[in-house]
Formats: sequence, structure tokens, C-alpha cells
Amino acid sequence: MEIPWDIIVIQTVNGVVTGMILALVASGLTLIFGIMDVVNFAHGELFMLGAYMGVVTLAATGNFWLALVVATLIIAALGAALQVVTLRPLLGRDPLYTILATFGISLVLQNYALWQFGPVARKIQEPFTGQFALFYLQYPWYRLLIAALSAAIIGGLYLFLKYGRYGIWIRATTQDRVMAQAMGIPVPWVHTGVFAMGAGMAAASGVLFGPLVGVNHAMGLDWVLKAFIVVVVGGMGNLGGSIAASIFISLLEAYASIWVSPSQAIIVSSVVLILTLLFRPTGLFVPTPK
Amino acid sequence: MMAPQAPAEPLISVEGVHTYYGKSHILNGVSLQVAPGEVVGLLGRNGVGKSTTLKTIMGLINASAGRIVYEGRAVTGQPSHKLARIGIAYVPEDRRIFRLLTVMENLRTGLDRHGVSEAQKKKLLEKVFQYFPRLAERRHQAGGTLSGGEQQMLAIARAMMLEPKIVLLDEPTEGLMPRMVSQIREIIEVLHKDGVAILLVEQNVPLTLAASQRVYFMEKGAVQHHAAAAELSVDHPVIHKYLGV
Amino acid sequence: MSLSRHARTYWIGFAVIVGLLILAPLVLPEFWRRFLTEILIWGLLAMSSDILIGYTGMVSFGHSAFFGLGMYGAAAALLTVKPPNLWLAIVYGLAGSAAVALFVAYFSTRLRDIYFAITTLIFSQIFYVIIFTWTEVTGGENGLAFSRPGFGIPGVWTTPFTSTTLHWFVLAVVAGSYLLLRRLTQSPFGMVLQSIRENEARTRAIGYPVERYKMVAVMLSGLFAGLAGVLYALQNRFAAPDFVYFVVSGEVVIFNVMGGIGTLVGPIVGAAFFLGLREGLSRLFPYLATSFNLPYLAEFPYLVPVGLIFIAMVIFMPQGLLGFAKRWLNR
Repeated sequence: MEIPWDIIVIQTVNGVVTGMILALVASGLTLIFGIMDVVNFAHGELFMLGAYMGVVTLAATGNFWLALVVATLIIAALGAALQVVTLRPLLGRDPLYTILATFGISLVLQNYALWQFGPVARKIQEPFTGQFALFYLQYPWYRLLIAALSAAIIGGLYLFLKYGRYGIWIRATTQDRVMAQAMGIPVPWVHTGVFAMGAGMAAASGVLFGPLVGVNHAMGLDWVLKAFIVVVVGGMGNLGGSIAASIFISLLEAYASIWVSPSQAIIVSSVVLILTLLFRPTGLFVPTPK
Repeated sequence: MMAPQAPAEPLISVEGVHTYYGKSHILNGVSLQVAPGEVVGLLGRNGVGKSTTLKTIMGLINASAGRIVYEGRAVTGQPSHKLARIGIAYVPEDRRIFRLLTVMENLRTGLDRHGVSEAQKKKLLEKVFQYFPRLAERRHQAGGTLSGGEQQMLAIARAMMLEPKIVLLDEPTEGLMPRMVSQIREIIEVLHKDGVAILLVEQNVPLTLAASQRVYFMEKGAVQHHAAAAELSVDHPVIHKYLGV
Repeated sequence: MSLSRHARTYWIGFAVIVGLLILAPLVLPEFWRRFLTEILIWGLLAMSSDILIGYTGMVSFGHSAFFGLGMYGAAAALLTVKPPNLWLAIVYGLAGSAAVALFVAYFSTRLRDIYFAITTLIFSQIFYVIIFTWTEVTGGENGLAFSRPGFGIPGVWTTPFTSTTLHWFVLAVVAGSYLLLRRLTQSPFGMVLQSIRENEARTRAIGYPVERYKMVAVMLSGLFAGLAGVLYALQNRFAAPDFVYFVVSGEVVIFNVMGGIGTLVGPIVGAAFFLGLREGLSRLFPYLATSFNLPYLAEFPYLVPVGLIFIAMVIFMPQGLLGFAKRWLNR
């Protein structure tokens, strides 16, 4: 069989692009889990609402970048409010209850969006059109921009965690919540801040991804599932691992969809998940299994 | 032997505090006081509730009855981050430094506070590095790579970053070599000279007697006896009573 | 045989409730008759999930897979074997869900809490995708439609079900399942499960093969969930991939929490509560819309207030509606 190099290169690029968005979504999820031990089932809905906020702001102002910033801030604030109202009271209880609470939130947000915006998908216009020739395809520059921006945001997050004063607070809280609090770090607010950050990152992903697909109320479901697979495969709470896993899985799915339909491509990621769980349950990209 | 006077204006006053762990009654009406700048020892056998007392003062454990009064205000039930900010610092018995943070970052958790100018921060750091030159050498090393003694130094230095009025010291000499024990003794001296009060829980009787002004003895979850350190010696019958095997 | 006072109260209560459920279809209009039957079926599904959540301490978000396979298994029997055989449908359905349960059990029982929950979720989505896309076998998006078999022994004597007699059949199966599961949870096996829930490490340290117990728990849970799927297939005469979607698993967990985990009967109450709220709200909003002339209210999704109620219950009433009776029901 002749190897279709051109398709493989195209799919590699596609895989990296999708992978970077997935990495942005998954980073927020793994951040929230690593620091607060909360499995945020509503993460996909924050992604979806971010996209809708983008639609609304874009319609009002005509400026894509403004829409990106506004959507991120609004959803970050929503995330903070949700955390304070529903998750703070659950601190210290069985983790099952936070899973249930975030699941409940996801149902409410999803159905609210359905009611508010209707079942017809909306479109976000990309900030610029323009393509370059990639083999026989006209490949949009915008897609490359998404990958670059996602990488930039994740990079910013990394720097923030490593060097900022609040980054130290977050890392201390992750390692020893009790001692962090004894050192004067206001842990409840660290948790709220982290949740808001994760929500904002999900929202940004939604807006960035918006131009590629239609924005509709159910778009969060697929992403949250994939993000969970990534977080488990990459190692719960491991930021670098999630990024690596995102790209890895997206590439695999991109290659797989050369031969099977995209909806079946999720089986590929699921197989990776199963293998990881069998042989390296702490994560494929974690250096030593603990 | 006359019992010493309880301080007239205590910095901190623990009044009849009870705590439970599940159904176990751990603290059974603990009462004690520490005056500003005073070094007070808390002695007793393992398991009588000394550490629990410190943890309850620090807000890590909830008191089910009783009060804790700091600078004249009731602070019972306040979260520990608020207590740290008003001047109560805690050095736990297993040190609990942030292992994955560097020495510098460990210090910064206490140093980065509101209302402290950059100049003040520099001065504080210099002072602490003067007392703990080994920490200065290792300032960019991860906390987990330090030896046991160095970690203890870091735990105390970290508490000093808060510029506290009182430090709750839980068994600082546990597991340390004799040379380090005398270093701990010196640090306590330094803090005392700086006007910082210390509530010292220890198993090391000679150290406690030498460093403290007053000593409380705990048994069965309550303070049973109270004496001036000067009137006690290592083989005093009271010591045998509350610490003997 | 002299019974303790508790036992007497319990069995009298049981008899009264079952009696009411037997009489109900005779007095209720058709719609509510079917509604009641549906509550029982979803209740059975939720009860099967309680074995894992309430008694073993494992949260599963994958029950839609067991339910769906039970449904499709029954469909397979009813479509391939003529004349349509009730008992064969049950056997096929149970076999299907047992196979899935075995698969899930093998992979997930070594995982703790959150990993287990996420894994079951992902597995159920895998099955959804397979069923959705394997159109030749499963009918894909449209599902499979078939006729309802009669009750009796095919070839010898059968009589078709009416909605009333079907209700009684479902009631018998659900009540029987409840009694059986209750027996199991109170047996030494059940005690070990509960000890796993309380403190897994300690149970393992004592010497119990915890993984094996967990696997049996998952299989048991899967079997009864599959049975619910078979009943659903019988009731509605079709199987569709929608029921394998993970939202169904989520709703099952909601029934459990609303009703009270660890009570077996609580989840049935939870199902009744949720479905009742759904019916009520679906009628309320259009009514409010027309009464107050607020047309946009007509389409207001019932899941928003129900979701909010659920979240409030998780925070303020985590023991569920029947949680207060948990000890009593388990004696």
C-alpha cells in the first residue's frame, strides 16, 4: 500500500492543533484536580458557555480578541461564584459529593444554554481568514494561531505557578493545605482562584475553538470526556503530563480518522486509556510510578 | 514551693478547652497562659494532648468547648490563616516544610504578606540567614533535599518570617543530634531576646527547664501542675510524676 | 415463628406498599399506569447501582452500559428467535449485561474512587459509540423495534401482556430483586462489601481478597441493571442508543443520592421523586407560560430546576430522602 505522506502530514498538523486546544482544556481540569482534589464534571460546560459568551460579545462588538478576553473573564467569574456557592460547603466531605455537585452544575448549565440560545448552532467568525498551501489543501492560518495561543496561555500558566507570589501560594497549598494555611495563606481563596483560572482557560479554549465548529449546547460533552481521558493518561495533577497526553491522543485520533470515522476515533483514545490503566495507572508520562 | 503567678496581661490565654477525636475525649479542659515575650514549657508523657493543645490554639483542630483569647480578643474557631496573620506562628512536630518548594520559596510563604515593604523583607531575610547560615547556602535547594536538622531550622525560620508575637514550637529537638539541640536552644534564646513569646512542647526536660521561665505539666488531657522553671531540676519529684515511666 | 417488632413493622410496611402497587394499575389511567411501571424499572436500575455506591463504596457512572446491553440483548432474542420468547429475552439480556459487567469489573476494580468513576464513564461511552456506529447489528441511531412477547411458555401456552399485567410482572420482578438484594446485603458477603466501603485497607489487611469481592459486586450490580434493561425493552418495545449515553448513568446516580444511598429502596423513591418532578415541571412551565403570557417560559427545561434541587440536596441533604431510615431499613 502506498503511504499517503501528504495526508499524514496534514493529519499531524490537525492533531497538533486539536491537541493544543485539548491541552488547554485539560490543563484547567488537571489544575483544579491537582490543587483541590475536585473532579470538575462541569468543565465541558464552562468551555461551551465560554464559546457562547464569545458569540455574544463578538456580535455586540465585532472584535474577536475582545470577545476572547471578555468571555474568559466572565466565565472565570462564574467559576469563582460556583466554587464559593457549591463547592466550599463540600470541603472535607467525601469526594463523591463534589463529583455529584459538579455533575449537577453541568446539567443545569447545559440545559440553561439550550433554553437561552436554542438548539441551532452558532458560528464564531475567525479574526482573520487567509490560508497557506499545505500539499493539496488550503490550510487556514487561523488553526496555527490557535495552537500558538494555547501554547502561550499554558506557558503563561507555568511561569505564573513557578515564579509568582500566588504561584508559590498555589504550590504550597497543593503540597500541604494545612501548613499553607498555618503560614497565613488564605487557602479557601486559593481554591476559588484556581477554580476561576481553570474555568477561564476552558472558556478561552471554547472561544478559540469556536470558529472551527458550530457553537452549540452539547459541545462540552465530547471535550470533557476527552479531557478526562487525557488527565488520567497524563497523570492526575500533572500539568506536563496532560499536555503531552493531549498531543499524543489527538495525534493518534487524527491518524486513526484517516481510516475510521471521527466518532469512532474516540475508541482509539479509550484503548490508550485502558492500556494505561492496566500497565501504568499513575499515568503514561509520569516518570516513576508512585 | 510557691506556684508562680499567672501573668496579669497574658498574650494568649487558653481557658477550659475540650476537644474530641471521633468519640475520644482528647483535651479535657486545658487552661494555660503565656505572657508577652515569655518562654513557657509544656511537658508531659506521650499522648497526653500536648501537640493537640498547640494544634487547637492554631485552629487546626476545633475546640468543642472553652475559649482561646489572644491579645484580649476571643479567637476560638478562627481559621489558621487569620491567626498566622495576627501573630501566631506554628512549627509542627514533623516540621512539615514544603518539600517540593525551595528554601527561598518556603520562606516566601511567610514573607509575602500585606503591609511589609521590600526593604523590611530584605532585612528579615538577612536576619534569618544570619542565624541559619546553612539555609543561606542552600536557598535554592528543594526543601525535601535538606537533612532533618536543616529542615527543622527551615521550619523555624519560616515561622520567623511571619514576625510573630508567639511561636508554638512542637518538639523541635525530636530526632536531632545533640549539636543541633544546642542550636535550637540558641534560637529560642534569640527569639526570647527579640520579645517573641514561645509555647514549647518538648520531651527534652533539661532543654525545657533551661529555656523556659514557667512550665506546665499535662496529664490526661488537662494541665495538672504549674511551676517556675527555676525551682525545678531534672530529678525533681514533679518531673518523675508527670514524665516518669 | 415469632418476629421482632422491627421485622413485623417492616414486613407489614412492605406488604402494604406492594399491595398498593398491585392495585394501582386498576384505578389509574393508562398514562399514569405506564408512568408507575417506568418508575419501577428505573428504580430497579438505581437499586442495582446502590449495591456499588451504597454498599461497596464505589461510584459507577457506567450503568447505562449494563442497562443498554440488557435492552439490546432482549432485542436480539426477540428479533432473532421466533416465536418471541420472554424467558429467552431475559436470558440474552442478562448474558449481555453480564459480559459487559465482567469487562468493566476486570479493568476497574483495581482503581480507587475517582479513577473508577471516570473509567466506568468512559467505558460506557465506548459502548455507546460501538452501538451507535455498528448500524448493521444494532440499528445505529434509530435503534431496534420489536414486538412484545407473551407471558407463558412459548409453544405450549402464552397470553399477551396488557399494560396492567405487564405492570404486575415488572412489580414481581422488582420486588423479587429487592428481596434478593436485601438478603445478599445482609449476608456475610454483604457485610464484607460494607467493610470494604468503610475501610478498604483494613479489610484487605484482615485477609479478604478485596478485588474479587469488588468484581462480584460489579457483576451483581450489572446483572440487575441488565434486568432493568430487559424490562424496559419489554415495556417500550424498542432499544435505542440514547439509553446507553452517559447522561443516563448520571441520572441513575442522581436517583441514588436523592433517594438515599445504602438503603436499596431509597433509589426507587429517588427515581419516583425525579421522574415526578420531571412530569410536574414539564407541565408547569407551559401552563405558566400561557397563564402569564410569557411564551419563552414554555420551553424552559425541567432539568434546570431539577438540577438545582439536586445540587441543593447534595449540599444540604446528602443522606437523601430516605437516609434517615437507613439503619432501620438495613436491619
